[in-house]
Amino acid sequence: MLALIPLLPFAGFLVNATMGRRLPKAVTGGLASAVMVLSFLLAAMQVWSLAAMPPESRQINQTLFTWITAGDFSLDLALRLDALSAVMILVITGIGSLIHIYSTSYMHEESDEAFARFFSYLNLFCFFMLMLVLGSNVLVMFVGWEGVGLCSYLLIGFYYEKKSASDAAKKAFVVNRIGDFAFLLGALLLVVTFNSLDFTTIALAAKEMPVEVTFGTLSLITLLLFVGATGKSAQIPLYVWLPDAMEGPTPVSALIHAATMVTAGVYMIGRNAVLFEHAPMTLTIVAVVGTATALMAGTIGLVQNDIKRVLAYSTVSQLGYMFLAMGMGAFGAGIFHLMTHAFFKACLFLGSGAVIHALHGEQDIRKMGGLKKHIPITYWTFLIASIAIAGVPFLSGFFSKDEILFETFVHGHQILWGVGMLTSLLTATYMFRLVHLTFHGDERFGAAAAHGHQADDHAHAHSAPQHLSTRAPQHLHDAPAPMAFVLIVLAIGSILAGYVGVPHALGGHNNLGAWLEPAFQATNCGAPVTTGELAGIAIAECPPGEAVEGAEDHAALELSLMAVSSLVAFAGIGLATFLWLKRQDIPAQLATQFSGVHKLLLNKYYVDEVYDATIVQPIKVVSQEGLWRGFDVKIVDGAVNGAGYFVSGVSIVLRLLQNGSVKTYAAAIFAGAVTILAYYFWR
Amino acid sequence: MSLGHYLVLSGVLFSIGAAGVFLRKNLITLLLSVEIMLNAVNLAFVAFGRQFGTVDGQIITFFVMTVAAAEAAVGLALVIGLFRHRESLNPEAFTSLKW
Repeated sequence: MLALIPLLPFAGFLVNATMGRRLPKAVTGGLASAVMVLSFLLAAMQVWSLAAMPPESRQINQTLFTWITAGDFSLDLALRLDALSAVMILVITGIGSLIHIYSTSYMHEESDEAFARFFSYLNLFCFFMLMLVLGSNVLVMFVGWEGVGLCSYLLIGFYYEKKSASDAAKKAFVVNRIGDFAFLLGALLLVVTFNSLDFTTIALAAKEMPVEVTFGTLSLITLLLFVGATGKSAQIPLYVWLPDAMEGPTPVSALIHAATMVTAGVYMIGRNAVLFEHAPMTLTIVAVVGTATALMAGTIGLVQNDIKRVLAYSTVSQLGYMFLAMGMGAFGAGIFHLMTHAFFKACLFLGSGAVIHALHGEQDIRKMGGLKKHIPITYWTFLIASIAIAGVPFLSGFFSKDEILFETFVHGHQILWGVGMLTSLLTATYMFRLVHLTFHGDERFGAAAAHGHQADDHAHAHSAPQHLSTRAPQHLHDAPAPMAFVLIVLAIGSILAGYVGVPHALGGHNNLGAWLEPAFQATNCGAPVTTGELAGIAIAECPPGEAVEGAEDHAALELSLMAVSSLVAFAGIGLATFLWLKRQDIPAQLATQFSGVHKLLLNKYYVDEVYDATIVQPIKVVSQEGLWRGFDVKIVDGAVNGAGYFVSGVSIVLRLLQNGSVKTYAAAIFAGAVTILAYYFWR
Repeated sequence: MSLGHYLVLSGVLFSIGAAGVFLRKNLITLLLSVEIMLNAVNLAFVAFGRQFGTVDGQIITFFVMTVAAAEAAVGLALVIGLFRHRESLNPEAFTSLKW
């Protein structure tokens, strides 16, 4: 039953990949969406039965078969649904279904073949993502982890005839490979240390180990796993692929590069919560890296002009928040933000897709403006999602972000909290800069669109179908029915998703936190006698348990922190409104006045250039001059050619022996006979 | 006449034959020289046979003579064939490994 949840999208992939090009679009798109909706319903049923169980033993296991047996090590291909994976599968299948439905309309202009290819990749992605979160051991997770990386590569490079798209795909793949290598090393170290890859077994064993104050095995394992997470979840230093990944079609950006795949790293840390809790050094690194990424991406997002790139940097920034939460040991808060982020960021990306759709492929926000009255549905949904991400009270982003910042503050990391607050201000500012430049103010698109329409060399069609631009630029049309439906659902989700985790300070019960709590502790439902004990110990040990219980005491503090962050959110919105709506001359002035900073931000801190100079070029030089011209040509080819030259050189000498002269042969025989006789004679 | 005398004669004959093979430049003379060497060996066999009172030496001599006759027949046939090709009996004229 559990296996059906990932297998349904896989079936959809098989059908669309093999027969898709011969089927009409309605069938391929419909089938792909239908399997996702079915998968969502199944997931909902499974989660429902999971919720009926007592909290400590909330687990549904399904072992498909024994995968590997070697000595006393054995590994099953097994799926496990628990509180944590339940949240994830609902997000993946739920948001996934919506994005599939959206795509049936968004991708409609593609050829039958490309349409089927798109949906088969999308289904395959969902299959791997579900395997990733449902896997009950590290190896199944790794299979999913690699699989989503593959699908990400395929979908970023969906318009593979465009060089920038295929370059971006390769970049994403290679950068992810670096992280995956570290992940694999971590997994191998897990086998060596625990002789098991099962999450529960590892958690139970790790719980018995002392918390590592100095750097030890657990710290190394968790650090390696975290490096894996920085690759998949776009954190410093491996975040560089995500902004480029926007070359893919917009629904892909929404599904893979905002809502699901990039959160895999956050999920992985939550899945190994016990392990990470026993390595406080790694947790600190996680928190610092997350905060630094959040701030850095936020500042870059402030000056970017491509609508999707702003959202991409926003995603990197929000992922930084999630890692901050994970680093604080507030795993529930991190997953909560993951969930709310999935709603509003998917909504924002799909909204930007609708804008691009309406403007026939225009992505530059300097050539938009005043779209509010032309595409009202897109505008309102986009606005709601922007308010949610900005952290305005009583929308989803407010609850989850505040929980993270509150946990940071309570754990005594005031500096990180301060940086988080600054990032929060940046978030509100760049999001409303985007809203104002896109939807408010003067209409700048007419001339620009017409210009782009005439000058074909202008790279205006970044990801929307190229031939959209053949339509008259004046005919702005709002999102068609399926797209509008999805946008509205996601906007409602952006408002309401936060209410599953209303903090105690606001009279809620933090239901999500309580629901997730057992998943982050080493519980073993197979041995119910010890379960209670284990849970008790775990709560006594781990900070989040205390934090949840101690929330009542901190109510005043939490409320005041909330007030601060609400003020910050409004300040950010106000600032953006002032700068980019009321006084549009000021940003230009600032840009010239601080041209150095502006250029630095516009060029993304030159990180790509630095990586190019320090890593890519040296590798190229070493490969070309050292490995190719040096090792391959001189040593490998040299050995092969040398063998040939040696044989022919020796032959020149040996050829003298066979000169055809009978007398020489006779002399050789005679000399040989004499030598042998002499040997026996004087022996 | 002791065994030593026979063996010395045999050695002298063998050396003459060997010298002929290496020094003469006529294929027929070469064949004759080979015959001299074979007969030197025959002489040694017979001398040993007489010394040890067995017939083995004489038996093997008959074999050698048979082989020598066959060799002479084939060798002369080859020499005729070679002469037809090159109008020469000098062994140095036949150094190419194929023609």
